[in-house]
Amino acid sequence: MSDLIYQLKDLKVSFPDLSQKPLLGAAPRTQVLKGLTFDVAKGDVLGIVGGSGSGKSTLGRTMIRLLEPDSGSVLFEGSEIAHMNEDDLRPLRKKFQMIFQDPMSSLNPRRQVGGIIAGPMRLQGFDNLSARVNEALEMVGLPKTFTNRYPHELSGGQRQRVGIARAIALRPDFILADEIVSGLDVSSQAQVLNLLEQLVRDLGLTLAFVSHDLSVIRRLCSRILVLHQGEIVENALTANLFSNPQADYTRTLLDAIPLPDPNQVWE
Amino acid sequence: MRDARGDIRQLPGLRLWLSGGWLLLLVLAAIFAPMLSPHDPLEQDLFAARLPPFWEQGADPAYLLGTDSLGRDLLSRMLYGARLALTVALVAGTLTCLVGATLGLIAGYYRGWADLVISRLVDIWMAFPPVLFAILLIAVLGTGLTSIIIAIVVIDWTRFSRVVRAEAMSQGAMDYVASAQVAGRSRLGIALAEILPNVLPTIVALLTLEMGIAVIVEAILSFVNLSISTDEPTWGGMIAEGRTSIYQAWWVLVFPLFALFLTVLSFSQLGEGLKEYFDPVLR
Amino acid sequence: MSYLSIQDLSVRLRNGLPLLRKVSLDVKAGEVRALVGESGAGKSMIGKAVLGILPRAVRLTGGKILLDGEDLLALPPKTRRQRIGAKAALIPQDPLTALNPSRRIGPQITDRLVDILGWKRPEAEARALELLEEVHIQSPGRVMKSYPHELSGGMRQRILIASAFAAEPKLIIADEPTTALDVTVQKQILKLIREMQERHQTALLFVTHDLGVVSKISQSLSVLYAGKVIEDTDVRAFFDAPRHAYSKALLAATPKYTDPDGSLMPVPDNIIAAVEREVAAFDAQMNE
Repeated sequence: MSDLIYQLKDLKVSFPDLSQKPLLGAAPRTQVLKGLTFDVAKGDVLGIVGGSGSGKSTLGRTMIRLLEPDSGSVLFEGSEIAHMNEDDLRPLRKKFQMIFQDPMSSLNPRRQVGGIIAGPMRLQGFDNLSARVNEALEMVGLPKTFTNRYPHELSGGQRQRVGIARAIALRPDFILADEIVSGLDVSSQAQVLNLLEQLVRDLGLTLAFVSHDLSVIRRLCSRILVLHQGEIVENALTANLFSNPQADYTRTLLDAIPLPDPNQVWE
Repeated sequence: MRDARGDIRQLPGLRLWLSGGWLLLLVLAAIFAPMLSPHDPLEQDLFAARLPPFWEQGADPAYLLGTDSLGRDLLSRMLYGARLALTVALVAGTLTCLVGATLGLIAGYYRGWADLVISRLVDIWMAFPPVLFAILLIAVLGTGLTSIIIAIVVIDWTRFSRVVRAEAMSQGAMDYVASAQVAGRSRLGIALAEILPNVLPTIVALLTLEMGIAVIVEAILSFVNLSISTDEPTWGGMIAEGRTSIYQAWWVLVFPLFALFLTVLSFSQLGEGLKEYFDPVLR
Repeated sequence: MSYLSIQDLSVRLRNGLPLLRKVSLDVKAGEVRALVGESGAGKSMIGKAVLGILPRAVRLTGGKILLDGEDLLALPPKTRRQRIGAKAALIPQDPLTALNPSRRIGPQITDRLVDILGWKRPEAEARALELLEEVHIQSPGRVMKSYPHELSGGMRQRILIASAFAAEPKLIIADEPTTALDVTVQKQILKLIREMQERHQTALLFVTHDLGVVSKISQSLSVLYAGKVIEDTDVRAFFDAPRHAYSKALLAATPKYTDPDGSLMPVPDNIIAAVEREVAAFDAQMNE
């Protein structure tokens, strides 16, 4: 099964609900992911869609092991990483990277762009750092002079490009993009999506794109996973999902999107 | 067009210069006290007791700021007093900071049982009244410079650990920490390379504030005669002595009090100024 | 006759940087006008200027704001606040921070009626219950006694809408009221705002960055770039054929899931350059 990059089986994740915590003893746990099973093929661009509280970000973060699942299995390129400890994960980490929603909070405000992009490569023992930093900047369409800028000196779209540059500089096999365009204006959003599409093609990446917005997902993704309250309600090829949505929830989601068209029937 | 906000933005610089200037002066005075002092600070001359400062009637120009009830030169005593005050400030402040900030960083970033233990300890610690605690400690340890420093560290580390813990917790929730983890950085590496630099401005501000507090604590302990030997020139000791003769010789009280006030104020203002200076976003 | 008429409104940062450049627009009673633009275009600033809640770092440097025919800026501050309090209201962006977390919902709706408009408390409470029913909240009595954290985001936004309509204002300014909500909830809230606005014949100034939302809620719109109105038109005309090249590019950049290839065109650099030149030329003309 070499063409599958991820195989997830009966994945369950829960968080302690601190608002319900009794005075003594542990807080009760809320099930966030209720047993998810799906595969991701190499080269796929997987869209993960859902409303707030659907567990879409939790799923993404569990896939790259920023979170540890309660139970279930996560096979990444054939190896079980669900409960792997941090030391064993470290060499794998360069293979799965993440681009974050809020580029302001995901870029250390005290570092310059060059250092931000070089940081992960230094940790993973790459050489020729400055050449690689320049190459990554070029790939995301930023000038080399940006290496000694601070994050707060950049615009939202530029910051998000730095986040992308940091992730692709490691030449990972898999990238998780968590709501990366939701804070951007439509024009920067279009630029970032186009850039991502081109990078996926040029670098042969596998991408998981977490979003609440089905209209940006159509552009980029080959397959879409619709989550609702911690469960997969639909897992379909993009074209099928839009032309013939199976789940009621998918239809509700699609119907709720306001199209830029005053003639749309929106009842 | 004149921008009024531009004028306000100048203030941090001014604040930094004024407070830094006074502290630098004090450091120089402390280092060169033996050369600068016109008299031996311990030398008594009962014939020259309670001489007023130079501008008052009946002053002796040899005693610029006058003398105390035992005829000791006030200026010389204040210069030597600055030595002790600054030693305590630097050593006690730094040690307190190291202990408190380390524990705070561990509690705030590593969380879990480490946090549980440290936070409970802080809670318990803070339930002791600090001045009584200090006096008790000195009573056990005996008087002396080392005892004062130990007492300050033991009492005040909680101030650092509480603030640093809260700050480390909020920084720890930021995505740049998650992204360092994605990059494969170790826990310790993240704490030192990602969190610490972002907490540093707060630590620096607290450190200078703590130095001011150390000066005050030392003065309080001297005031209640628990510092070093009573003859040794300390600002607190001078204030205690000046208090008894406030109606006959106000200057014995006022000069050391003023020096103490300026020093503590300068430390806290220096901290605020440095915090702004270090912050790339505010700058 | 316009209920709100803004004429040549200019707002600058205290260091002189212009944020609004001679903005003019009208909203009639019963009309919804959308204010559209990218972040930093000054769309929220207009609403803030009307409500008299501009941040301290900016000041009004010229223009008129006519509310119900009366120039707000010519009034003494106290009278101005009273007029705004009685005739206008705000639906804020973030339902999480707009309600005080440590107070119950009831008083947060009634306070304004009692303190500013001098209603009796029982009257105000009766009105609040009626309003909560009007925004389709089940068991309004229970909600009045709840704290904000016990309610969902959509519920909180309904409460803020009820609260905005409480004093029967004739002008409401809605500042991106649905950006923090899920699409499904957004749809309900937009329909609710529209329903309330129609029933009360309110003039509504709706600030948004989402052209999809514009097409659902408003009859007219002003497109802003760098604090300048570059297009003022009605909704049908706009979506048929935007007049300004920048508006056209903005519309092209807006994703439409019904497009099978879903291609997205960022606003091209030459169009940005052209609109920047237009703004610079406008500034030069102003400075003469």
